[in-house]
Amino acid sequence: MVEERQAGEIVKVAGPLVVARGLPQPRMYDLVRVGNERLMGEIIELRGDRASIQVYEETGGLGPGDPVYTTGGALSVELGPGLIGSIYDGVQRPLDLIREATGNYIARGVEMPALEREKEWEFVPRRKPGESVSEGDILGVVQETPVVEHRIMVPPGVSGTIEEIMSGGLKVTDVVAVIKDGDRFHNITLSTIWPVRRPRLYKEKIPPKNELVTGQRVIDTFFPVAMGGTACVPGPFGSGKTVIQHEIAKWANADIIIFIGCGERGNEMTEVLLEFPELIDPYSGEPLMKRTVLIANTSNMPVAAREASVYTGITIAEYFRDMGYHVALQADSTSRWAEALREISGRLEEMPGEEGFPAYLGTRLASFYERAGMVKCLGSDERIGSVTVVGAVSPPGGDLSEPVTQATLRVVKVFWGLEDRLAFRRHFPAINWLISYSLYLDEVESQWIKEVNKEFPELRREAMALLQREAELEEIVRLVGIEALSSAERLTMEAARSVREDFLQQNAFDEIDTYTSIKKQFLLLRLVMRFYKEAEKALDAGVDIRELINLPVREDIAQAKFIREENLSEFDELEKRVADSINELIKRASAEEEAAGESAAVVSGSAGADE
Amino acid sequence: MAIKEYLTVKEIVGPLLLVEGVEGAKYGELVEVEFPDGSVGLGNVLEVSEDRVLIQSFEETRGLDVANTKIRFRGRGLELGVSRDILGRVFDGLGRPIDGGPEIIPDARLSISGNPINPYARDYPSDFIQTGISAIDGLNPLVRGQKLPIFSGSGLPHSRIAAQIARQSAVLGKEEEFSVVFAAMGITFEEANYFISEFKRTAAIERTVLFVNLADDPAIERIATPRVALTAAEYLAFELGMHVLVILTDMTYYCEALREVSAARKEVPGRRGYPGYLYTDLATIYERAGRIKDERGSITQIPILSMPEDDKTHPIPDLTGYITEGQIILSRELHRRGIYPPIDVLPSLSRLKEKGIGEGKTREDHSNLSNQLFSAYARGKEAKELAVILGEAALSDVDKLYAKFSDEFEDRFVRQGEFENRTIEETLAIGWDLLRMLPRAELKRVKREQIEKYMK
Repeated sequence: MVEERQAGEIVKVAGPLVVARGLPQPRMYDLVRVGNERLMGEIIELRGDRASIQVYEETGGLGPGDPVYTTGGALSVELGPGLIGSIYDGVQRPLDLIREATGNYIARGVEMPALEREKEWEFVPRRKPGESVSEGDILGVVQETPVVEHRIMVPPGVSGTIEEIMSGGLKVTDVVAVIKDGDRFHNITLSTIWPVRRPRLYKEKIPPKNELVTGQRVIDTFFPVAMGGTACVPGPFGSGKTVIQHEIAKWANADIIIFIGCGERGNEMTEVLLEFPELIDPYSGEPLMKRTVLIANTSNMPVAAREASVYTGITIAEYFRDMGYHVALQADSTSRWAEALREISGRLEEMPGEEGFPAYLGTRLASFYERAGMVKCLGSDERIGSVTVVGAVSPPGGDLSEPVTQATLRVVKVFWGLEDRLAFRRHFPAINWLISYSLYLDEVESQWIKEVNKEFPELRREAMALLQREAELEEIVRLVGIEALSSAERLTMEAARSVREDFLQQNAFDEIDTYTSIKKQFLLLRLVMRFYKEAEKALDAGVDIRELINLPVREDIAQAKFIREENLSEFDELEKRVADSINELIKRASAEEEAAGESAAVVSGSAGADE
Repeated sequence: MAIKEYLTVKEIVGPLLLVEGVEGAKYGELVEVEFPDGSVGLGNVLEVSEDRVLIQSFEETRGLDVANTKIRFRGRGLELGVSRDILGRVFDGLGRPIDGGPEIIPDARLSISGNPINPYARDYPSDFIQTGISAIDGLNPLVRGQKLPIFSGSGLPHSRIAAQIARQSAVLGKEEEFSVVFAAMGITFEEANYFISEFKRTAAIERTVLFVNLADDPAIERIATPRVALTAAEYLAFELGMHVLVILTDMTYYCEALREVSAARKEVPGRRGYPGYLYTDLATIYERAGRIKDERGSITQIPILSMPEDDKTHPIPDLTGYITEGQIILSRELHRRGIYPPIDVLPSLSRLKEKGIGEGKTREDHSNLSNQLFSAYARGKEAKELAVILGEAALSDVDKLYAKFSDEFEDRFVRQGEFENRTIEETLAIGWDLLRMLPRAELKRVKREQIEKYMK
């Protein structure tokens, strides 16, 4: 640990901002301790011998003359076994241990190591003494949870030959290996430290190409995000941003989930904490908590720590990426983070940009999202890891033209636009299919062709076109009423409704519906579209539109989303039933036509017979 | 410690005082401001910079001067003295008794700013509160530990609804000690008096604590009022183990007081002149609701706010909606049509609904039934809108049924008496009865067994 020394004194206190004087060699973004309670803070501006400090805790009771101590280091996180399953605040203090120490409320000035010091981890070496290693190489592993093998890596900048390597029970501060580089010896400990504002190093970035399957149909099929990609979910309150974030955290096929509750509700974090240990990951069969790290800086917690929380989160994400894992990071909500920036900027009396946000909002957001990506990790084994970032945005009044949304849209590749109008109709997830987009479609579609079904991309396009057509027809209906539509157009409306209700709508609270595998998504969409295609044929054959709409098999289509993953063969039968029952109608229609022709003939015949 | 007194006021701007030559002042510290006429008001420190201190005065600054005003620093923040005896009492916006009764002999003095609840210590709210109001219980149920605001407008009966909730609230199958904390911020005497006489009439006053800052009381005092009230609530809930219902009315005036201070400080304004930190500030109030693991008590909050021009996107309701766990929105249209309570159920929302209802809590059909009612009512409203443009004849037969359904729904489900306390069974029964108007095939959100069982 870096030694603290008595240094300057406070000259000004204004909310979370403190100005101190007389600090020896202050550097930007150095960590300091403020006041007698030694509150954590970070230097964010220097003028002459005065340093402006953002303090991560409530500043009530501080005043001029109180001491400020420098630490000489930057705000950093501890990385090592014990991260998984933890819940941290914005500056990586463990909230569970804080509760044990100080009770139900978060008191000030609590100092606590992020990783448990006393616990021993079973370290299994993968290398032997005498072998030469370089940065990023895996020295050995710790089975942190049943699903996460924590890989202990040679830190960046270190290479040489292994002088000594341990095995067996080790604490996070223990040395696992000694590496000899010329005449220097490096002691590698089980845990490491990394400054949060500096991206961790990798060999090279590679373009994302595999889909991050989230189990949410509207996302996976219509607006997919790739592993290593970036996505944003803007929406007014009540449109279900948080539910979507939770669903992704629950069901995404990532190895590690980092969930950052940034300036949001305390109860939402509680929900995750209570639910995740109970829910079972469909990929590993283990509780979801065994692959999750939570960062909770709720809206009532100090605002400066909220600013830091996204960096804390993404640094932890990068650390697991460097081990060769696919990490999905959710930040809920980046707007609150931007507001923290705005508040600090205001206290610094900086010239504001749009709506009071600082002029550097766009750059900060961009450099945060840019830390996502798929990379070739350091190390000689060519392993690949990725960080996918999904950021929620809370635009005031749902107005997407506001600065945070706009700055975000410039950098992310996937946009899921939530709408309260849909939420009022209880259409969930309330993602508007007409305004949302994904720029990963090409990559993901080629993956579908290989792994799911080669018809899938075409099927998706057809469904999308159908929804587009529905929007146009709705305009007409609004102007002149449903009677103005032709039968074919009414069928289009019905089919689009079926796509919306039977495919897009998904109930996050239903045990089965909450997660749909990509295979089932394809089958379900094909089923819904099959009805449309067969019905089109039937219309041509003269079947009445009302008969098609009222077919009982449509109720089965509506229930198809509840078919269990292990019974996917039911879809084939269902599709057959759809085709059969429509064919039945066609047969009957043509039979009636014939009959009508015949009876006409009979009438004329009998008339003839009369003669 | 001797209390230092300063006569060095340099500037008085609106509610703000700048004092120079001060030693040892602390951020957030409580100060006494002695007026030239000898009366004493309170204030607190907003900013300290070397020997200059910026103070916000909770009292009107009328009558202050720079020569004779005395400032005394109290060495601590604003605190509230609490004990069981606060029940049944009336205080001003800073927690001083105004009912003529004796001073409280405190068991503890608590800082009003409070500390944030550790998210890890929270317990998830899941106890259904029966308010006896169908539009709330049936569709947007309130749960113990929830913060559920009422978004209202001027002239709408939000006070009557809040009083009805306070009067009728009960948790099914449980007899537990509960109390009401009522904080009035900037409302009129008549409105406050309505609540007080309502509490007296029902004898609820004995388990109620009132903090009253009226429209003609000092505006800046309002900034402290909700915090004072919540400090009392936290004491009752987590020290005495009571279930506390906190009514905060009207949050709009609170925000305006905050804006006044922000403008006087010449801060960069956010939307509509409200400070950029309004979200954080409101969060420090609303997030003081909840439940804590292993504690008996709970704090349920019902903040009331009037939306300027009934505009939901105004910063106050907007930011509130982002923090609270849903909202109950009142509709002027329903009110004009004489429907009480005029709750607009479609944009209303209770985020904790799924956790509070269902088998063992209310009834197993509750969730599906409410979804069905929601979507049917939404469809009916859409059909009615269409009928306005195109005439009723343009509607399909099914849509006509839906349109009729939505009328009946408003008339029988939403409308009820101010003193009508419906049980959850009664509410659900009305819902099922209404669904009979629609063809069976349309009822996609309820299960077949439930239809058999409940729609007789």
